[in-house]
Amino acid sequence: MEYATTVLTGFVALYIFMLAAFTGFEIIGRVPSILHTPLMSGSNFVHGIVVVGALWALLNASSTLQQAIGFFGVLLGAGNAAGGYVVTERMLEMFKPSDKKKG
Amino acid sequence: MNAALIIDAAYFAAAFLFIYGLKRMSSPVTARSGIVVAGWGMVVAVLASFLYTLDVEEAAKPHLTTNIILAAVALTLGLGWAWWSGKKVAMTAMPQMVALYNGMGGGAAAAIAAIELFGHKTHGSVGLSLAVLGGLIGSVSLSGSLIAWAKLDGRINKTLRLSGLQAINGSLLVVLLGIGAYTVYLHGGVTMPVLGLFFALALVYGVMMTMPIGGADMPVVISLYNAFTGLAVGFEGYVLNNPALMIAGMVVGSAGTLLTLLMAKAMNRSVSNVLFSNFGATGDEEQGEIQGSMRPVDAGDAGINMRYASKVIIAPGYGLAVAQAQHKLYEFVKLLQDNDVDVKFAIHPVAGRMPGHMNVLLAEAGVPYDIIYDMEDINGEFKEADVAIVIGANDTVNPAARTNKSSPIYGMPILNVDQAKQVYVVKRGQGKGYSGVENELFFRDNTNMVYGDAQKVMVAMIQAVKSLDGGGH
Repeated sequence: MEYATTVLTGFVALYIFMLAAFTGFEIIGRVPSILHTPLMSGSNFVHGIVVVGALWALLNASSTLQQAIGFFGVLLGAGNAAGGYVVTERMLEMFKPSDKKKG
Repeated sequence: MNAALIIDAAYFAAAFLFIYGLKRMSSPVTARSGIVVAGWGMVVAVLASFLYTLDVEEAAKPHLTTNIILAAVALTLGLGWAWWSGKKVAMTAMPQMVALYNGMGGGAAAAIAAIELFGHKTHGSVGLSLAVLGGLIGSVSLSGSLIAWAKLDGRINKTLRLSGLQAINGSLLVVLLGIGAYTVYLHGGVTMPVLGLFFALALVYGVMMTMPIGGADMPVVISLYNAFTGLAVGFEGYVLNNPALMIAGMVVGSAGTLLTLLMAKAMNRSVSNVLFSNFGATGDEEQGEIQGSMRPVDAGDAGINMRYASKVIIAPGYGLAVAQAQHKLYEFVKLLQDNDVDVKFAIHPVAGRMPGHMNVLLAEAGVPYDIIYDMEDINGEFKEADVAIVIGANDTVNPAARTNKSSPIYGMPILNVDQAKQVYVVKRGQGKGYSGVENELFFRDNTNMVYGDAQKVMVAMIQAVKSLDGGGH
C-alpha cells in the first residue's frame, strides 16, 4: 500500500504549534537558575534541526541563486546544530554532585 | 520500503527525543544525559533527510548531482568548523559562542525563506505569511546575534546612542512589514529586487536593534534571539510541511521566551527596558561621600582566619574567572573542608556574564553543585557566617543597592555579605565595578581588603593553611 506524507495545514498546524508552545513553557517553567546558561545553549542546539529544512531546500534548488542560498543555509544550519551540541555537552559534563559525605 | 514513511517516522522520533532531552536537561542530575538524548534525535533526523534525494521536484532533477555534492560539502564544512570551534572555546567565552551558533540557525531559517520566495515555491496566504515572517525574524536573529557576539567578544566597543534611533527603527519595521504584506497580497509575485531589499533591510534592522544595547544586558538579548530563531524555524517548518521543524522550533520559541523573562527578572530588568533604554544613561549624579578607609590584610592571615572559622561563604564574580583562579579556589575550599569548616558558594543571578554562567565556571573547576547556592537560598545565612569572602565581584555585593536611592544600581538585589562577622574582599586594585559605582562595603569596619591577583592570593592562602597544619615541606 502506498504511504502518503501527512499534510499539515490549517488547524492541524495550529494544534501542533499550540501544543508545542505549551510543552516548551512547561519544560522550562521550574528550572533552577544554575542551569540557565546550559539550557539556553541546549535549546539553541534543538533549533539546529533547521539544517534538515535547509537540506531539503538545497536538494530541490533549480537555479544557481537557489543553490548558493541553499549552500549557505545548510552550512549555517549544520554549524548551529554541531556547535550547539558541543558547547552544551561540554558545560553539562562538568556538573557533578559531591562524592563524599551525604550519608 | 516507502521513503516518505521512513522520513515521517524519523521526524516523529526526533521530536520525541528533543522534548524528552530538554526535559532531562532541566535538572542538574539528569542534564548530561539530556543533551545526549537530544543529540540522537538530531542524528536520526539528519540521516533520514538524505532520503529526500530519492524524490526531488521535477525542476530540480537535472541539478540533483550538483545539489548533493553542495549539500555534502556544506554539511562537512559547517559541522567541522562548529565542532572544532566548540571544543576549543574557553568557558568564559561561552555566552558569545552561543550567540554565534544561534545567529547561524537564524540565518539558515532565513535562507529557507529566501529560496521559497525567490523560487515562488510557496502558495497560499498562510504559507506565504509565515515564510515572510520567518525570513524577517531569522534575518534579524542572524545580524543581531552577530553584533551581540562581536560586543561580548570585545570586537565592538562602541555603544550606538542616536537620539532618533527608536524612530528610525520603528519606521524600518513598518517598511519591512509593508513589503511582507505586499508579497503576500501579490501571492508571492514580487520581483527579485524587492525581495532582495526585504532581506537586506531585515539584516540592517537586526544591527540597528542590537547596537544601542550595553554589554551587561547582552545575555537577555542573546536569549531573546534564541527564542526568535526558534520561532523562525517553526514558521519555515510550516512552509516546508516539516513537523520536526514545526515542533522543535515552537518548543524553543516558547521555552526561549520564558527563559528570557526569567533572566531579565533575575537581573532586575524588564525586557522592554533592555531593548529600548540604556543602563546608566541617566548620567553622573551625586553619589555622596563615603566615610572611612579601606584596610588591607595579608592573604595568608586571611587564609588562616578562615581555617579556624566554622562557617565560610564565598561570593565569586567574573573577576575570579578572568584570573583563572577557580581551580586554586576549590583547592583552598577542600583544605577548609578537611578542617571541618562549612563552606558554601553564594551565586548572584548575574555573576559571570549571564545567569548560570558562574555555575558553569565553578563546575569547570570541579566544584560540586550541591555546595553552590542561589542568592535567595543563601542570603539569610550570611548573618550566621564567620567569614564572607568576595572574589572578583563588586556591584553584586554593594550595600548601596539597598539604601542609596541616587545610586544607578539602587533596587538591584544583592548578596548580603556585609552581614557576616568578617568580610574579605579579594581585588586587584582600588577600582570601581562594572557600573562605575563606588562600593561602600569596602569601607566598612568588618571588611578587610586582600589586594592582588586572585590566583596568587589563593595560592598564598593555601600555603599559609598548609604550613600551619603540616609544618610545610
